[in-house]
Amino acid sequence: MKRIRLSKTNRINFATYGGVILAYAVLQFLNGGGMLSSTIRGQLVPICAYVTMALSLNLTVGVLGELSLGHAGFMSVGAFAGAVAAAALPITSDPLRLAASMVIAALAAAITGTLVGIPVLRLNGDYLAIVTLAFGQIIKSIVENLYIGIDDRGLHASFLENRIIFRDGGRMILNGAMGVNGIAKISSFTAGFVLVMLVLVVIFNLVDSRAGRAIMALRDNRIAAESVGIPVTKYKLMAFVISAAMAGAAGALFALGQNTITANKFDFNTSILILVFVVLGGQGNMWGSILAATFLTVLPETKAMRGLADYRMLVYAVVLILVMLATNNPTIQDFINTKFRKKKKKGGAVK
Amino acid sequence: MSEQQKNSYPKPKLVPVPSTNIIPERDVDKRPILECRHLGIDFGGLTAVDDFNMAIGRTEIAGLIGPNGAGKTTVFNLLTKVYQPTRGTVMIDGRDTAGKTTIQVSHMGVARTFQNIRLFGNLTVEDNVKVGLHEYTKYSALSGILRLPSYWKKEREAHEKALELLSIFDMQDMANYQAGSLPYGAQRRLEIVRALATQPSLLLLDEPAAGMNPSETAELMNNIRKIRDTFQIAIMLIEHDMNLVMGVCEGICVLNFGRIIAKGTPDDIQANPAVIEAYLGKQKEA
Repeated sequence: MKRIRLSKTNRINFATYGGVILAYAVLQFLNGGGMLSSTIRGQLVPICAYVTMALSLNLTVGVLGELSLGHAGFMSVGAFAGAVAAAALPITSDPLRLAASMVIAALAAAITGTLVGIPVLRLNGDYLAIVTLAFGQIIKSIVENLYIGIDDRGLHASFLENRIIFRDGGRMILNGAMGVNGIAKISSFTAGFVLVMLVLVVIFNLVDSRAGRAIMALRDNRIAAESVGIPVTKYKLMAFVISAAMAGAAGALFALGQNTITANKFDFNTSILILVFVVLGGQGNMWGSILAATFLTVLPETKAMRGLADYRMLVYAVVLILVMLATNNPTIQDFINTKFRKKKKKGGAVK
Repeated sequence: MSEQQKNSYPKPKLVPVPSTNIIPERDVDKRPILECRHLGIDFGGLTAVDDFNMAIGRTEIAGLIGPNGAGKTTVFNLLTKVYQPTRGTVMIDGRDTAGKTTIQVSHMGVARTFQNIRLFGNLTVEDNVKVGLHEYTKYSALSGILRLPSYWKKEREAHEKALELLSIFDMQDMANYQAGSLPYGAQRRLEIVRALATQPSLLLLDEPAAGMNPSETAELMNNIRKIRDTFQIAIMLIEHDMNLVMGVCEGICVLNFGRIIAKGTPDDIQANPAVIEAYLGKQKEA
């Protein structure tokens, strides 16, 4: 019998908080001392964005137990909503403008998540995966054909470029397939750190509450969950929408750290990339997601790996297959159990 | 012989339901907790259950038996709306359940266990019970995320209630074990505890003694009675272990090929030729 001690989950949670805080402190210190290479420094905000993406997808895949292949779609919604909000909001303080943009991005993604989730969450397994995949592509197509501009009357949106007639001083923010150009880079590593911490708090506290238990119950056994009166659709939607909102905030953080973003950035490959973070880090394992997202974001940028950049997706595909084979292989599981788990058990028995 | 049997249990098209003969005397005056009238379901062309009529008293322990494939679990699935019946009605405490979902029926006070155990395997034993307590630990998801006072208050209540329920089967010490890693018998008991956590007025047990040894079965019999006496609820069970059925049930209903072939007290059933025929086959005419 595997015994879960009462404090074990809490210990892991606090260790995760601690690890993130420590990593932030160390990187901030190194950065302050000018000891970080410009490549790494440029990656700090994207790392935070991808870590948030991995955590939010882990809520869908690991906690809710549904496979979503369109998570980059929510990131895209958040990225463009955030970029437009940041350009349009008349707030002078950069951190405040960033925070407001991220909130708007999260809301936009949450609304999209609700609209997508209501019909889609009636499906299960492969069907859900296929529909979410299609959703990612649809969002990409919509954004590629969307024009949003601003003048003193407010925001204008159209699917045709020439439909928007500006007054004096009006300008285009989102320019269809050209994306958003000349973004004021207001994202900071600190903002990214705060976002990651917030997302961690939300996920950990949600999981260890009535709603979280209901979500995990219907992951483990939907029929049994229904038989004890858990409203399945409600909790599925709740997890899905929270996950989408987090992805939206991550998208805004990411977009506001770039000069230019286009819809191409958030395609199917990005969805798969985030899924690789989650699978590699372990489903339902939050610190695993953080580590996987961090390393797989930094690794391709290091000098040694630059040459392999073209094979990136190929490598990820192989990694994904290997991880799935390994985690489902009884021999390997036994090996891991005997090598690592037994020691822990002995330690527990002494107590 | 079998002709005579058919006459004593006619096709109940016009028979007033419930057939009160098997409701225990103490419950006769009260409205039955469960009433099925002409309940039936077809799967394509196959009639799995037909003309199922039954009433269960408020504190009765009822048994549903029959050979393999007789449709016993299908009846449970009809009662809990896993399947919507093709014909007939199910009344829970006098309220019709037509068009209701599994979730709504659960809120009406029907709880069940499953033949092939369906626990939330990755959750702890305590959390499994807390999921059962879902309706009685109400606080919003937001107060859970923000850890507002209502979270702490309700969680403490849920924790105490869960341990209290686990103590029925003396399982408090297992509260922090992972449910999927429990031994088989403990998993069956945990399913019953989880069902009881929803505070049902009718508890459906699908083969609760399957895979248990005789001493565990004897303990289970005592516990079934204990649950009925403590919670004052009706219990309906499907079971192949005749010692358990005859020992604990007050009214028994025998199903064969989707139809009721006999109803009565354990003594009636044991002496009923139709039942013997269903289980052992027809005796050759001399």
